[in-house]
Amino acid sequence: MIPTVPQSNALKWSYRAYVTLFFVYLALPLSVVCAFAFNDSVFPSLPWEGFTMDWFFGTEAPYIGVFHERSILRSIGTSAFVAIWVAGMAVTVGTCNAFLFVRYDFRGKGVLYILMLLPLIIPGVILGISILVFSSSVANTLEDATGLWFDGLRPGLILVILGQFSFITTFATLVISARLQKFDLSLEEAALNLGATKWGAVRQVTLPFLLPAIIGAGVVSILMSFENFNTTLMLVGSDSPLTIAMFDKLKHGSTPVLNAVSLLLIIGSAALGLMSLLFQKRRE
Amino acid sequence: MRSKVSKMISDKSKLGFYLLLAPLVLWLVVLIILPHIGLFFVSISEKVGVRQYETGLGNYAVFFNEPLYWRTFARTAIMSISTTVLTLILGFPIAYYIAKMTRGRTKTTLFLMCLIPFWVSELVRTFGWMILLRETGIVSNALQYIGLTAGPVEFLYNDAAIMVGLVYTSILFMIVPLVTTLDSLDDSMIEAGYDLGGNGVSILREIIIPHAMPGIVSGCIVVFMLSLGNYLTPILLGGKDSLWFTGLIYTQFITRFNWELGSAFGFLLLALSSGIVFVGLKLSRQTLTETMGR
Repeated sequence: MIPTVPQSNALKWSYRAYVTLFFVYLALPLSVVCAFAFNDSVFPSLPWEGFTMDWFFGTEAPYIGVFHERSILRSIGTSAFVAIWVAGMAVTVGTCNAFLFVRYDFRGKGVLYILMLLPLIIPGVILGISILVFSSSVANTLEDATGLWFDGLRPGLILVILGQFSFITTFATLVISARLQKFDLSLEEAALNLGATKWGAVRQVTLPFLLPAIIGAGVVSILMSFENFNTTLMLVGSDSPLTIAMFDKLKHGSTPVLNAVSLLLIIGSAALGLMSLLFQKRRE
Repeated sequence: MRSKVSKMISDKSKLGFYLLLAPLVLWLVVLIILPHIGLFFVSISEKVGVRQYETGLGNYAVFFNEPLYWRTFARTAIMSISTTVLTLILGFPIAYYIAKMTRGRTKTTLFLMCLIPFWVSELVRTFGWMILLRETGIVSNALQYIGLTAGPVEFLYNDAAIMVGLVYTSILFMIVPLVTTLDSLDDSMIEAGYDLGGNGVSILREIIIPHAMPGIVSGCIVVFMLSLGNYLTPILLGGKDSLWFTGLIYTQFITRFNWELGSAFGFLLLALSSGIVFVGLKLSRQTLTETMGR
């Protein structure tokens, strides 16, 4: 079925109806989450009690808005802290990996490449528990040997950062490699001919060319880190990132303040995602 | 003199090579390889006393002897496979519509509309389904309003709710690879099929599906893995009896503090998911590098 080949009207319209229905299905859960952020009731469900902004700005219990709910604000801060570290590390290592895989030929390259892809097919929960088990056994050994405490190797933010970094790096590597492959090597050679050092040429010619991919990979890393749940769940200590804090609230039933956080999250991530797409498109 | 200079340069580029290699090797060894070896060793150690362990397959024996464990394992696998099939059936027409029936701006817009929900946290999406499906939710109220049911209906906390949530969460990962492969199918091939007397069904079977096979395989692999490893959706949308294997792993690790059994569970889940990926790649004669390394 393609537009140039005539089809019966009934078929065409039922196809369109299905596609429309599908997009309604896609939009429905997010729309209701957003709508109930404005419901003047302590439960995020019907009946509709009227419009309110209290779930954003409210200060009196039980109408405590997002901007006054300490635990949520703190968990947003924690998530941002984790995301920035993860994105920074993933993009740095990803850029190195891209240069290694695109520019060099060496023995064992194929095996390393497959190993690099592995985090994509390991379930997040398994990644979490394996890092948990490993770091705890390292901590036990070190503590037995030295008598000191190694809190960084116990569940907590450091392990959360490492756990998320362990698979987000693969995505960063793929995004940056794809762009580096399109780079015309003669540009770098020209810089070398004009007297640039190898590092100077890379810094002034190649890295600016890679910048859209590097920024894109950074944004994707931040989004993935912010919304990661499975790996984080296994490694989290006393400071919970946003998804974990929201999960705890959700399990015990909560006020529409969760809807308000979700609305902000939806706006934030859609804006970030669209921005990275636009940025990449303009550069191309 | 000259050879000395060139040797210096090659030494320098060697140094550069090792500097680039170091972070990769460090990452893979410290965060992927060693932890999984460690997980395996913990899974084959049995606790016999306080801080005393023996090597043995006891944890795996516990899994096979306790029906609750292996039934949950099988249930998780079967429901993940059903999710994958359902996602393919529902997603294929959408991907085909985006790739072949639309052009230019419409195409970009539709594609973006597919993407946006997936930039949002899975937690928010699941929360949306809870609001829709719960007893006091939108669907129940809508049904009462149009008079189909007399009282409120609970749609949450059963396997169907889990499936709805899982399909919703993973359908993008089916649609994107399908759109990419279908985009590369030339319209003239389909026209030629019609010219040679084919009808809709035979063209779908003989031309479109064979061409889309790489996309179908990579979409299915990703969706299966995401469902198998999912924790949020089954826990929040499923009922008391709707156990999911990742939930058992969590219980052993965090609630029961039985890391040995939990590790064995983790290894079994890892074996299942790698096994399915391997079989999928073999059946479609593809490699991991070309399927995942896009």
